[in-house]
Amino acid sequence: MRVRTLAAVLLTGALALTACGKEGSPADQGAAPAGLFEVAKDVKVDGSPTFEKIKSRGSLIVGVKEDQPGLGYKDPTTNKYSGFDIDIARLISAKLGFDPEKIQFKTIQSAAREQALINGDVDYYVGTYTINAGRKEKVAFAGPYFVAGQDLLVKKDNADITGPETLKGKKVCSVTGSTPIKKIRDNNYTEPENIQEFQGYSQCVTKLLNGEVDAVTTDDAILKGYAAAEEGKLKVVGKTFSSEPYGIGLPKDDKALRDKVNDVLQAALDGGDWQKIYDGTLGKSGSAAQKPTIDRY
Amino acid sequence: MSMVLFDVPGPKARVRHKIMAVIGIAAALAGVAYVVMRFVATDQFTARRLDWINYKQIQLSLVEAIGNTLSAFAVGAVLALAFGAIFAAARLSDHAWVRTPAAVIVEIFRAIPLVIMMFFFYYGLPSAGIKLSAFTAVVVSLMLYNGSVLAEIFRAGINSLPKGQSEAAYALGMRKTQVMTFVLLPQALRAMMPTIISQLVVLLKDTALGFLITFEELLRWGTRIGGDAVNFGRPMISVMIVVALIYIGLCLLLTWFANYLEKRNRRNKKVIHTDGDAAGQVQLGNASTAVPGGVTV
Amino acid sequence: MSVLTNNLELFLRLFGQTLQLFAISAVLSLVLGTLLAALRVSPVPVFRGIGATYVTVLRNTPLTLVFVFFLFAYPLLEILRIEPYTAAVVALTLYTAAFVCEVVRSGINTVPVGQAEASRALGLTFTQMLGNVVLPQALRSVVPPMTSTMIALLKNTTVASGFAVPQAGSIRDALSEQGDNVLFGLIWVAIGFVVLVMPLTYVQQVFEKRWSVAR
Repeated sequence: MRVRTLAAVLLTGALALTACGKEGSPADQGAAPAGLFEVAKDVKVDGSPTFEKIKSRGSLIVGVKEDQPGLGYKDPTTNKYSGFDIDIARLISAKLGFDPEKIQFKTIQSAAREQALINGDVDYYVGTYTINAGRKEKVAFAGPYFVAGQDLLVKKDNADITGPETLKGKKVCSVTGSTPIKKIRDNNYTEPENIQEFQGYSQCVTKLLNGEVDAVTTDDAILKGYAAAEEGKLKVVGKTFSSEPYGIGLPKDDKALRDKVNDVLQAALDGGDWQKIYDGTLGKSGSAAQKPTIDRY
Repeated sequence: MSMVLFDVPGPKARVRHKIMAVIGIAAALAGVAYVVMRFVATDQFTARRLDWINYKQIQLSLVEAIGNTLSAFAVGAVLALAFGAIFAAARLSDHAWVRTPAAVIVEIFRAIPLVIMMFFFYYGLPSAGIKLSAFTAVVVSLMLYNGSVLAEIFRAGINSLPKGQSEAAYALGMRKTQVMTFVLLPQALRAMMPTIISQLVVLLKDTALGFLITFEELLRWGTRIGGDAVNFGRPMISVMIVVALIYIGLCLLLTWFANYLEKRNRRNKKVIHTDGDAAGQVQLGNASTAVPGGVTV
Repeated sequence: MSVLTNNLELFLRLFGQTLQLFAISAVLSLVLGTLLAALRVSPVPVFRGIGATYVTVLRNTPLTLVFVFFLFAYPLLEILRIEPYTAAVVALTLYTAAFVCEVVRSGINTVPVGQAEASRALGLTFTQMLGNVVLPQALRSVVPPMTSTMIALLKNTTVASGFAVPQAGSIRDALSEQGDNVLFGLIWVAIGFVVLVMPLTYVQQVFEKRWSVAR
């Protein structure tokens, strides 16, 4: 009897939960310009195992970030992804001949990116993924499709921190396994015990807002998104101290697909597609776009 | 016992207890009031920060996250029970070459932290060419750790049965396997049911460690929604309260189920009632040797 | 092997951090847990209620959630600013104290009723009875499960890996940043824990064998 009562209670609870529900999002994320992602037909990428896998599946699985407004952000109210990286991923999908609407986006944290590509969990990865020699040993990169620079995010009223050399004795936060934190450590910008590492940037931003850390460091593109989301509480210092070429992470041995993706990017840069994507996302922060040069290694 | 520690209170003691009770209630209320006051003072309960619960997509993703937690629990529990049964039988084997390796494996897996196991399967193994999803890594780790603990629980349960049971079974001409599967194991399982269930509660809680290897379970869902600045201004407090209540609810449900089984058990005539002292010893045995990990984690 | 020898300093430093985190949380949780146990056996029902609520809530909450709360939710309340390290100690202490409390309480419950009744008949006060008769006997049945709880605490320090607190669990991050072999690195971390835990398990079993005949 009691079991039945319990089941009834649970059922009513579940019904009550699903019965009422708002649709849509309270914040307007902006939609991609129409006609941008026209699906190409009869695309062939000879000798690419990844492409064969995608073809037999019929759609793409793309690794992205979900906590970076403006770049890769998943709106929890609609479960839709948006941002510059997302649109680049959609563009590639369309040019490879797969409907971008059918992309399965998969959130992968910074520290797990190589693993996800090695594991084959995702077909490619678009999420502020800096190209460097160490990573090239494990995965392959197409691009760069964007060049960011490491910068600092501080509270609006902070006048002490003006650049990396002013960080001594200040608490700096970034994401585990990311390039920015390695840079801070390697250059001794601040003492090792003042470095805090978490799984996501939003956790660092929380710590910054609470005053528990003095600065969050990573690429300016990411920081601008947060500064915009926090409505005037934070500012980006605006003095970049590195060059971070963002690449599209691909399985290491798939040169055919890498060449194809590079072709797609080159065409988008030469045509107006890249600019359109930028204007619809990162461009909203007001800073002008600098087109990258594709590096076919 | 705890009730016999003190005399039936006299008039003076009763007054004293009443005063202490008042102080106790006042202190507890003051503590709760202070926390609630901080909640309100820091605007944790504003409409915007509670709005997340109204969105259909968020409700659905919550249900999905609970589903992921529960499926990791279910698969992990079944595998751990099987692992435990096999290794308990192996440890009770008459052959030293079966007994010793089984004992070593069980001891080793009980000594390694679950987090390290999960890291090993998710981040370590791929460099040896073995690819596992986060879900698999979580489930396999749960199986190895909790299976080892359960093996010890089963063993303690079988050892606690009166010798006459196996002697009688052998006298009837049963083979070793038959004695184990038809006579000893069923009784041991019944006797150890409460301990087994409380270990399963531990397993349920341990699914939350999947958070550290990016498994999309309830806690990760909570940090994602709780960290959302764009839509809801970081409703971490209200989200975490809900997540905690769900975990506590699930665990209490399991515990309640354990108590229910125990009660039904007591009425069951098939159970052999060992005398009080021996039962106490078994209980003591459970709490200590048999279940080091069972006590905590 | 080379992963260990090349990074010996890293391994030693981070395992040292683990032991430090463990030692501080162990002492604090033993103190808090014993106080809670005192609440749970007290003659005042309200105190028992408070103790029981605490234990129920903390025992049924995943440790990872306690960590998340103290690192990401608690700071929003703007009460007292704490470092991640302190937050980790607080989370481990509050969580483990609930288990320590239950071990102490069930230890007290194993002392036969007659002991307490006899000491009351002799005119001992509550404190005398608890201190001279019940607790010394309870201690025997408390030590083995308490050792288990402490072993669990030692292993639980690795949960701090995701929360900016360096300890043995963070060895993976460091190795992966250097591009070293994570697989073998993690095997060495596991071996490190087996080495730390095994002697404790052994001590526990010895105590248990020696003391189990007491009654």
